[in-house]
Amino acid sequence: MNTAIRAPALADRVKDAALAAFVAFALLAPILGMETVVGPDGRLTLAFHFDLVALGVAIVFIGRLLFGGLVAGRLAVRREGGPISRFLSRYSTVLGAAGLAFAVALPFLPFSSRYVIDVATTVVIYVMLGWGLNIVVGLAGLLDLGYVAFYAVGAYSYALFAQWFGLGFWTCLPIAGLLAAIAGILLGFPVLRLRGDYLAIVTLGFGEIIRLVLINWHEVTGGPNGIADIPRPSFFGFPFTRNPGEGEIAFHQLFGLEFSTMHRVIFLYYLALGLALITNLFVLRIRKLPIGRAWEALREDEIACKALGINPTNTKLTAFALGAMFGGFAGSFFATRQGFISPESFTFIESAIILAIVVLGGMGSQIGVVLAAAVIVLLPEIARELETYRMLFFGAAMVLIMIWRPRGLLAHREPTIRLARRGGAA
Amino acid sequence: MAYFLQQLINGIALGMVYGLIAIGYSMVYGIIGMINFAHGEIYMIGAFVSIIFFTLLGMLGISWAPLALVLVLLAAIVITSLYGWTVERIAYRPLRGSFRLAPLISAIGMSIFLQTYVQVTQGAKIKPLQPVITGGITFTDASGFTVTISWIQVLIVVLTVALMAGFTWIIAKTPLGRAQRACAQDLKMAALCGVDVDRTISLTFVIGAALAAVAGLMATLYYGVIDFFIGFLAGVKAFTAAVLGGIGSIPGAMLGGLVLGLVEAFWSGYFSIEYKDVAAFTILVIVLIFLPTGILGQPEVEKV
Repeated sequence: MNTAIRAPALADRVKDAALAAFVAFALLAPILGMETVVGPDGRLTLAFHFDLVALGVAIVFIGRLLFGGLVAGRLAVRREGGPISRFLSRYSTVLGAAGLAFAVALPFLPFSSRYVIDVATTVVIYVMLGWGLNIVVGLAGLLDLGYVAFYAVGAYSYALFAQWFGLGFWTCLPIAGLLAAIAGILLGFPVLRLRGDYLAIVTLGFGEIIRLVLINWHEVTGGPNGIADIPRPSFFGFPFTRNPGEGEIAFHQLFGLEFSTMHRVIFLYYLALGLALITNLFVLRIRKLPIGRAWEALREDEIACKALGINPTNTKLTAFALGAMFGGFAGSFFATRQGFISPESFTFIESAIILAIVVLGGMGSQIGVVLAAAVIVLLPEIARELETYRMLFFGAAMVLIMIWRPRGLLAHREPTIRLARRGGAA
Repeated sequence: MAYFLQQLINGIALGMVYGLIAIGYSMVYGIIGMINFAHGEIYMIGAFVSIIFFTLLGMLGISWAPLALVLVLLAAIVITSLYGWTVERIAYRPLRGSFRLAPLISAIGMSIFLQTYVQVTQGAKIKPLQPVITGGITFTDASGFTVTISWIQVLIVVLTVALMAGFTWIIAKTPLGRAQRACAQDLKMAALCGVDVDRTISLTFVIGAALAAVAGLMATLYYGVIDFFIGFLAGVKAFTAAVLGGIGSIPGAMLGGLVLGLVEAFWSGYFSIEYKDVAAFTILVIVLIFLPTGILGQPEVEKV
């Protein structure tokens, strides 16, 4: 009996696999098998790819035959952290220090070039965005699908203040953070009493509203053309130019160096790194404060929190505003780095990528976000032809990770603080 | 007056399309309490299956419009339903009983996956469809303004009303409808009373996808162009419609769809066409803030 349950008769498995293959055929045949192509006369014609369909059906059939039934059972068991996750959480301090040392040393390592530093800067921005969103999604358990809106608020506030009032980067950085936080509060105040999934949709709608306003409000935002010639950052007042203006001292003159365009690239990298580290430090510290603990408690059980006298709306609002603030900082940095911004950079896909970083990395895990951001940015850099398939991979990964390990790949849901050490003294 | 009537007609046709998609959101939410974020993509796949089969039939030489329409309708419904069923089976069923955000994140992943899947397989370019149904009924009033009801709009209204009638019958009279209503009230109790909950949920997804397929077909006919990105906006708008009407309520979904369609038509007719999507999103935010249960919805009580 027992063996019969464990290993169903071969005939049944073949039948099951054949059924799966049939479903796969019906799914793939129209969409994958018949590609609509606009012909020379403007009419649609079809290009047939039934070889691909056959391949897909064969993969499903064989996969189902070999692993059918097995997969579901095994996936269900492995909910808790595996060896990698345990290793990472045990040595997180060591790994963090090593990673930090590597990040600081990167521009001076032998293999580093302008390209490497540029990519590293992008990774660091995404790490920062991931950490910012992690406050909202990972700690407070609020699903924010419009995070990129705050990123946009930060970027546009720097660009506009610089353009209209001639303010510098260091003045605008706090303003951008503040404005993004205010946007977060304005959005959050009315919607945070809603259920979690309503909140997700409202934030999504908000993100789209911001983007549509940026596209259509030509007088201020420049419409789809965006804003160009955003001032580049200076080294605390010393610009990175070969020939500084009257009465100015350039960075290379200040330190008596040979002029090099690399200075600015390296400076931008360290600027991003510094901002990201501030974010990290902030999150690590605030988790231990009452407000941080209230976030985590709220994520686990809202009703219990209400019963204990935590005001859920205010608590969520702080998480939302702080997350938005870091989004604003990152946006401001993005604007000064690119020198050009347009609504194109702030689409829903961008929000989805940041969310994917948080989800794949493990909600609430700081080091997981770094790894996920590195994978997500580096993957298309390593293999250019994979660029189109990137989102395909992310989508599938988000589904699989939710099934396999709903708390994220590296998540450990240890409470940040325990009341007393278990097992007596020491 | 004629202009007003014209916008009214356009709004009703548009609203019916939104309503059909909204039913899919509302039914799923009513039973398992989750937002099927991938539903907009299911609609998009319905539109793509329609355009592919129109092209296929054209290549096979079947050009008699009524026959082509019926064949495409059947193909779109069958294949899109299968997509709906598969999505539920792969992405949602294993997550039943998982933590609150898990199905939603999984649904977002599925939505991104389906969108990119169509982009990769069908290309990112806009797909134009040769008009299948042309012409309409034109009225002229005394001052010389004309109001046109196109045959496509007539088709949309007739088909939607017929589908709604059939659908109401399914919910009210058939064993499946009874099972669905039981599941919407209490999943566990329904299971204890012998309702096959998994099967009922699967069929709910199938019905929702079939309605979305019809909406996709009609949108393809109505607009004449589609691309892989249409599911996103349509999905958010239909969700707005579902929330507006009261999520979980089927007549509410249709009503919400109509209201949203009318608002959008009048907004683009009288104010600005650029901000018509902003209008839809603003309605969503306002409704959620001031009327979270919608027009016909039941207030939700959260239990421990």
